[in-house]
Amino acid sequence: MSILHMAMTITLVLLSLAIAGCMYRVLKGPSMTDRITALDTIGVNLIAMIAVLSMMLDTQAFLEVMLLVAILAFIGTVAFAKYIERGVVIEHEYESGDDGDDGDRTDDR
Amino acid sequence: MNTRAETMGMMGIVQTIGEPVIAILIVAGAVLSVLSAFGIIRFPDVYLRAHAATKSATLGVLFVLVGAFLFFWIYDGYPSMRILLAILFVFVTAPIAGHLNARAAYRTGVPLWKLAKDELKPALKEKGIDREQAEREPLN
Repeated sequence: MSILHMAMTITLVLLSLAIAGCMYRVLKGPSMTDRITALDTIGVNLIAMIAVLSMMLDTQAFLEVMLLVAILAFIGTVAFAKYIERGVVIEHEYESGDDGDDGDRTDDR
Repeated sequence: MNTRAETMGMMGIVQTIGEPVIAILIVAGAVLSVLSAFGIIRFPDVYLRAHAATKSATLGVLFVLVGAFLFFWIYDGYPSMRILLAILFVFVTAPIAGHLNARAAYRTGVPLWKLAKDELKPALKEKGIDREQAEREPLN
């Protein structure tokens, strides 16, 4: 077993440990933003895992998966953060003012 | 002009040097990711946890991706633009996501750990966002 192969195995084990640690925060996290932060970190670690896996299998077939996971994790994080902050993901402009049915907690800007 | 034998020898040298470099890069990235996970578990506050998650996890993943980029460049003979795109994307979007998370946390009244002076609260109140009310009625 070459040194590179050994390093890849060690890397996969360490990244799994990191994802398990983030999973603890997702399950326990006292606030919603804790969970979102940990989920975002899980997505970022998953990108690294896929890169190491494609190096181990010596194929470039998984690189699109890497990009897709990156994009989906980012969009999911942004959508969750906006939902928690404003109560809506996509904001509509109402002419007749705020009637309160969209759960908006903060003032409109 | 290189003969074929000289080119093969050059590739052998590049592979011999590149192998430990790639190994060190990916192991360093994995260690950084583990440290950031440790920070996510141990830090007492959302904002401190965002600090651990955003900065050191991004650096760890960048190390691993640079290692993969060098790997495919050396062993396949040409650089993979998709990995370069992934490096750029992670580098750009991870700080944005961390910023949005911390902003949502502050504005929905997630408590801070220790606080000597909060200058953001009166500044937000001028704009019509009342953090004290959000602290009284926590969202979660």
